[in-house]
Amino acid sequence: MNKHRTYVGSSVPKKDSMALVTGKPVYTDDIAPKDCLVVKLLRSPHAHALIEDIDISRAMAVPGIETVLTWKDVSPKRFTMAGQTYPEPSPYDRLLLDRRMRFVGDVAAIVAGETEEAVDRALRAIKIKYQVLEPVLDFRTAKDNEILVHPEDSWRSLCPVGADNKRNLCASADDVHGDVEGILASCAHVVEQTYHVKANQQAMMETFRTFATLDPYGRLVVTSSTQVPFHVRRIVAHALDIPKSQVRVIKPRIGGGFGAKQTVVSEVYPALVTWKTGKASKLVFSRYESQIASSPRHEMEVTVRLGADENGIFQAIDLYTLSNTGAFGEHGPTTVGLSGHKSIPLYSTPKAFRFHYDVVYTNTMSAGAYRGYGATQGIFALESAVNEMARKLDMDPVRLRELNMVHEGDVMPAYYGETANSCALDRCMARAKELMKWDEKFPCRDMGNGKVRSVGVAMSMQGSAISGVDVAGVTLKLNDDGFYSMVIGAADMGTGCDTTLAQIAADCLGCDLDNIVTHGVDTDVAPYDSGSYASSTAYLTGMAAVKASQSMVAKIKEKGAEYLGLTADEVEFDGEQVYSLEGDASISLKDIGNKVMCSNGKALEVTEAHSSPVSPPPFMVGMAEIEMDKETCAYELINYVAVVDCGTPINPSLVRVQTEGGLGQGIGMAMFEDVTRSERGRVYENSFMQYKLPSRMDVGRIQVEFEQSYEPTGPFGVKSIGEVVINTPSPAIAGAVANAAGVQIRELPITPEKIFRELHEQRNKQRQK
Amino acid sequence: MKIQMTLNGKLTTAVIEPDMLLLDLLREKGCYSVKRGCETSNCGLCTVWMNGKPVLSCSVLAARADGAEITTLEGLQEEAAEVGAFLAAEGADQCGFCSPGLIMNVLAMERELSDPSYEEILEYLSENLCRCTGYMSQMRAIEAYLNRKKEG
Amino acid sequence: MFRVKEYVRAESLETAYQLNQKRSNVLLGGMMWLKMGRNYKAAAIDLSGLGLDTIQEDEEAFSIGCMCSLRQLEVHPGLNQYFDGVFRECTRSIVGVQFRNGATVGGSVFGRYGFSDVLTCLLMLDTSVELYKGGIVPLTEFVEMPYDRDILVRVIVKKDGRKAAYTSQRRSKTDFPLIACGVAKKEDQWYVTVGARPAKAALAVLPAGAPADRLALEAAERFSYGDNMRGSGEYRKHLAGVCIRRLMEQLNGEEA
Repeated sequence: MNKHRTYVGSSVPKKDSMALVTGKPVYTDDIAPKDCLVVKLLRSPHAHALIEDIDISRAMAVPGIETVLTWKDVSPKRFTMAGQTYPEPSPYDRLLLDRRMRFVGDVAAIVAGETEEAVDRALRAIKIKYQVLEPVLDFRTAKDNEILVHPEDSWRSLCPVGADNKRNLCASADDVHGDVEGILASCAHVVEQTYHVKANQQAMMETFRTFATLDPYGRLVVTSSTQVPFHVRRIVAHALDIPKSQVRVIKPRIGGGFGAKQTVVSEVYPALVTWKTGKASKLVFSRYESQIASSPRHEMEVTVRLGADENGIFQAIDLYTLSNTGAFGEHGPTTVGLSGHKSIPLYSTPKAFRFHYDVVYTNTMSAGAYRGYGATQGIFALESAVNEMARKLDMDPVRLRELNMVHEGDVMPAYYGETANSCALDRCMARAKELMKWDEKFPCRDMGNGKVRSVGVAMSMQGSAISGVDVAGVTLKLNDDGFYSMVIGAADMGTGCDTTLAQIAADCLGCDLDNIVTHGVDTDVAPYDSGSYASSTAYLTGMAAVKASQSMVAKIKEKGAEYLGLTADEVEFDGEQVYSLEGDASISLKDIGNKVMCSNGKALEVTEAHSSPVSPPPFMVGMAEIEMDKETCAYELINYVAVVDCGTPINPSLVRVQTEGGLGQGIGMAMFEDVTRSERGRVYENSFMQYKLPSRMDVGRIQVEFEQSYEPTGPFGVKSIGEVVINTPSPAIAGAVANAAGVQIRELPITPEKIFRELHEQRNKQRQK
Repeated sequence: MKIQMTLNGKLTTAVIEPDMLLLDLLREKGCYSVKRGCETSNCGLCTVWMNGKPVLSCSVLAARADGAEITTLEGLQEEAAEVGAFLAAEGADQCGFCSPGLIMNVLAMERELSDPSYEEILEYLSENLCRCTGYMSQMRAIEAYLNRKKEG
Repeated sequence: MFRVKEYVRAESLETAYQLNQKRSNVLLGGMMWLKMGRNYKAAAIDLSGLGLDTIQEDEEAFSIGCMCSLRQLEVHPGLNQYFDGVFRECTRSIVGVQFRNGATVGGSVFGRYGFSDVLTCLLMLDTSVELYKGGIVPLTEFVEMPYDRDILVRVIVKKDGRKAAYTSQRRSKTDFPLIACGVAKKEDQWYVTVGARPAKAALAVLPAGAPADRLALEAAERFSYGDNMRGSGEYRKHLAGVCIRRLMEQLNGEEA
């Protein structure tokens, strides 16, 4: 079967590259019908309010206005917008339009009209009388607060996640293994600190957008920039309270997602407009809307108690996470889990651990899924605590990690008892150390010009798909002249899975990559797939591609044998020919493809699904080198070294770009990307003018290498890559700052002013002594 | 009001509202490579050339294009494919949403600066934000593109 | 959102001036700020066709037309040679090349924005503005004047032999400045400007002679500082002291 080149492990360009780089109209807004109604949303100026009265008469009178929809026009059944497998762990706490406004930016009304100008005029003409209520804005005071974000009786939680709307609780749990308190009490050294991560924005370049049309059968066709087409189908049906059979979802090219589009942020509004009016409609979020009313990272405060013996061997970890899900519970109960489940297992030495958490509702923007999904927050906390422990022990933080880290073959009690069957974390650390020249640079060097250079380190892990939940599907068809179509339900959002999955199939089928055409997502056509999230596509859909290819090969052999007058076990298939094992009878794939189109009773089409009982973690080490101005505390990232174990890289270029891109986002989060609010709950960072993404001048040099392991449960040894890469910059940069300035910053972003203030305080304390 | 401009080499007339932005006019004229990424002149997605200079079409009144020469990626397809091939080889196209604006500015830089240093490239392209790549692969691709003639 | 009912490309400064007397009309600069926020106007007046987009140099001064882009300031050889590259230094961090190709000198200076690098830089030099009706006014006076309906036609920077240096600190490399400082020296005078305090730039003139570290602290004391999203007044004041000292040392070093 290996007559052809092998594609797995090869950096082929993405199949859609040329369309993208030449600017072809391939995105949602480019392909929307020109006569779409323009849909815009009227948003609440209050963090907490009840709509007492809403007068739409003047808005309806604006020429060109088709419809204005309010809470009176929607189903009273609550649902969730979280793109998760049904029954969703996220509570059913939303109405498509509600009388209660729960954050500044919550939707009060939908306006649809012929032109943007008319819609803007109508938006201004809607009169709302609000009963303004006191909001709960500080997530530290939300639990058991007398102000309830969701007092309604129709609120429902479908899964046992410890939710209670009468306590502002979206989820809570307490998981203890061993005698944590006893062991911590006997530890020679304990670090106890609290770390704070903000509600960062994914800030994909293409904002949320959707258009809806009706097809000739009267069904609703929703074309949307989404990572989760099948979940969109279900959620739109829930939101409109219509049969799921009436909804079809199409995903065109997507301008980035990073988890943002794992929540149904924009889809339901044009869906409702089109369903009610019968006319095509389109909603494109402004950047402002994307910044104030979307699905950002969960703000979390993580308190770590880390205990070690006199030799630096970890004895116990206690991790408590307080997570702010905002006004609605999308991904609230699940993101928090990763803050412990994907930080604590980095270390195999502790004899006991405890992981407990509360996820609270507040009157702030609803959070969602952002790359890292809680692991980012937990890893910032635990890895910072480990760096603080190293300073306490006067030990190199690399050495401390070498003494405690997880190794291949270790059972991970804090990771559902899974065994690390593939783990090159130790090799990642050794290689990162070499690349960074750590031993020369640790902890810092005075450059003699008022500047100091220092280094910091962190480790990270993630999962590969949600074990026992996620489902992947791949359909393969053999066509005329022997070309294959591969239909997938996983959403390529620029990551390249339309190509990488074809690479896997090409190797299994023994054909050229160009002999496989990939069909992006259309829920009427594609096999079910949970969607592109939870680092699942390469690992899970990749395996479905392997299975589908194997089944296809069996079918081809069977059919080829039939045409040769043989049985399937008398022939072999080499990718081009089915040939007799004895004698020289053969038939080409091309001939089979053409022949089955005449007088044939067996379709050469297969669909395979895949699910995994385990979620093998990819691992990595990140090291940051910074240069800090001793007087101003301003610092620059000079160099970032990352060494990653993602099993087998299917497409090294794409895997490298995933890594560099995740690091870029992690660097932004560590250094610049802040989220602050006014006393009334308005987000200040409501544009790219105020929310500072790193530019190419801000990221320094990023150096990436891979240490391969082989994951036995993954296709070709593959594990995931997409999320693990965002987790190290915050703790590594915080570590480097601490090594330069002598102060640990425990709240992101790590700004020069925070360093300056800490230093100031430290000096004042020393003076008082 | 009525305006006349040279769009990608062709004399083009348009009837516009006085407050229409060039970005919206260009998309209306079928130049879908021109994207909107923000409302605050920060992202570079809408980069086009006005009289040969890279500008943000989100910040130019369409009325100001009257009498001007406007170039979008639709008018530079061959060069786009050439730069784009270097991006694709590195996987640096990713979601592709920022690619047209980036390529417009790379081609502008190539015309304006001779043999720019790495730092000069960083500075010239600093407004072309990208959220997918972390920029390194784009920089490898752009350096390779600029070096192609030296080596070839 | 920017809405306007009429676009007028002015045929002369006089017509532009007459139109601009109506409060409901607006003069277009680079459109960078105008299109943000809510602006509903009757007519937009464009000075694009009046040849005000050049930088002219003679024996005495540089004359910068109000429609010059910030990019023109950044790359103008004469201007940067005479003033040791401060015009490049004060513009290169402003968002990006495309932004600077659009933003105009007139818009930047007339706006008298707190965050303006350009204003901070111009203020440390012997700069005047030419107003269509108001005539030539020193920039130090202009920054204190109330906003009126006059037209800023040109910015004039005298070649008076000042040595100048400029620096800023920003969160990310192309953000607004957290602090912006300019220091110029002529004979026995220091001209110190601090912008983004976050109030608009102001000038302090100090006699030379004392050591830079003492003078810098004294200069930093002359300004007021406040808080905004980018930083506190306290931190800004600290930064101003450090930046001014370094710029003074740099200029002293160049002299030596």
